[in-house]
Amino acid sequence: MNRRAWVLLSGLGALLVALPAFADSYVLSVATLILYLAFTGQAWNVMMGFAGQLSLGHALYVGVGAYVAGGLFFHYGLGPWAGLWIAMLACVAIGAVIGFLAFRFGISGVYFALLTIAFAEFTRIGFDHLRWTGGPGGMFLKVAQRDQIDLAHFRGPPEMYYYAILAICAGALALCAALLRSRAGYYWRAIREDEEAARALGIDTFRWKMAAVMISAAMTSVAGVFYAFYYNNLFPEQVFHISKSIEIILGPIIGGVGTLFGPVVGAALLTLLGDGLTELLAAFDWEVPGVKQVFYGLVLLVVVIFVPNGLWPPLARKLGLRR
Amino acid sequence: MSWDLVANVIIAGVLTGLVYGLMALGLSVIFGVVRVVNFAHGEMMAVAMYAAVLLFDRWGLDPFLAMVPVAAAFFALGYLLQAGLINPFITRPEHSQFMLLVAVAIIVVNALLIAFGPDARSVQTGYQLESFAAGKLLFDAARVYAAGAAVAAAALLFAFFRFTLTGKAVRACADNYLGAKVVGLNVKHLYALTFGLGAACVAVAGCALSVLLEVTPALGPGYTLLAFVIVIVGGLGSMSGALVGGVLIGASEALAGLLITPSAKSMFSFGLLILVLLLRPQGLLGRRT
Repeated sequence: MNRRAWVLLSGLGALLVALPAFADSYVLSVATLILYLAFTGQAWNVMMGFAGQLSLGHALYVGVGAYVAGGLFFHYGLGPWAGLWIAMLACVAIGAVIGFLAFRFGISGVYFALLTIAFAEFTRIGFDHLRWTGGPGGMFLKVAQRDQIDLAHFRGPPEMYYYAILAICAGALALCAALLRSRAGYYWRAIREDEEAARALGIDTFRWKMAAVMISAAMTSVAGVFYAFYYNNLFPEQVFHISKSIEIILGPIIGGVGTLFGPVVGAALLTLLGDGLTELLAAFDWEVPGVKQVFYGLVLLVVVIFVPNGLWPPLARKLGLRR
Repeated sequence: MSWDLVANVIIAGVLTGLVYGLMALGLSVIFGVVRVVNFAHGEMMAVAMYAAVLLFDRWGLDPFLAMVPVAAAFFALGYLLQAGLINPFITRPEHSQFMLLVAVAIIVVNALLIAFGPDARSVQTGYQLESFAAGKLLFDAARVYAAGAAVAAAALLFAFFRFTLTGKAVRACADNYLGAKVVGLNVKHLYALTFGLGAACVAVAGCALSVLLEVTPALGPGYTLLAFVIVIVGGLGSMSGALVGGVLIGASEALAGLLITPSAKSMFSFGLLILVLLLRPQGLLGRRT
């Protein structure tokens, strides 16, 4: 990163920190959603963008993270500070099982992607029949008091959730930047570009692919815990659904797979365009369900066809952040 | 639980499974030749079902007759989709192809939602309540016709690949892309042709299924997943594998619905998918590459 990048990044950071001071609750909720999607995209990017392992079932980790932390709070009043670690542990264990089975049996490419879908769907239907989490009827956490902050139980006004997801996002960005510069980052990119060659160079590809899956799962579980406490209601049909998995990967694909800021740019662009369109349609009294999604599909189609590497690389060049 | 109940459930499952098998056959043929996984497969199926419902509503055309025009239209659409959108993507990375087809799928599902609304639509014909009996065994007439149409369409496709020169050329493309180009085959045209044929399979399966089930826009993603399960179990790229996989999944889902609970039946299929992927990734009838 050059000096210009640092200036821009700290400017953006300052703007985001100051945002609640002048934004109304609607803007704040949109900003929270953008940051949430930027974070989940970042987490997915570790696996696909860095290590080249295509997961189409990331909603699995969001859902398990949300249900573990939410369930512990619902049944035992255990706040997310303890629940987070248990949720993370559960997700890392699931990621490890999927990764171990897939990589041990030499499953890659399309087959790996289908395996991740299969596990996510399997779990979705499983949760539909799980009494402890309320089954298909859903699980409802006690809604937060909006005027008082209860940090121990992570209940409070929207500003608190905004700052929490902002901090999580900033942490993820720093973590990913560090990962990319670490030994793991170089090994992952070698594996992504050519696994055979990487193995020939003596890289333990099994071990590093496992590391990517487990780190990605751990990060995504944090998003799940946030989801549970921010939205307060959980339905298997919603959190585990394949459309959620696709929503997670739209941001990084549009922003740029394997780049540090791609997921952020993609999430911001998609959410702003989507919300802008919703407003516009409401203004014209033409609120038909599905219009927004068709629009998403068209944006995705255009980006995938004409800017296959995502919007961030050309944008970074335009801003003079990269040669 | 009596044995004839179980037998009747299995019969219904096998007959429906043949229709699913034809749908999956389309996916398998496309993957086997073009090497692109059609993530919009189930969505195309939903479009075919709506086409059958519309033709029935407007002109009272029986879905089994509607198959012919719908399949022809789907062949043309599939050809154009491959020639226009997918052909430039065949050398791109897998996730790029995947996103392209996901984009198509998202557009199709929601266009259906805008056009027809979320409510279920169906076809009412006289034979939907009839059934053939053989002793205590019952064969629903609609299911028998649907399965028969599926088998006939699959047989036509087999014959095309086996006995025609064009079919042979398509198989040559599938076996060796570079070799096919070297001997002067128009690979892009053959790819588009294959996608068109895969789409026509979906059209026939969709029309047949419209007699058995109600259609909603939300059906699409579920059928895409079902088609994946079937082709992986049968062997991705294997033609007979798709039909066998369809029958197997149809029967086992019907049985799981009877013995465990109907809402858990797909869990069974996904479990089977995971097992097959791990233990025999080339599928039951697939060849190891």
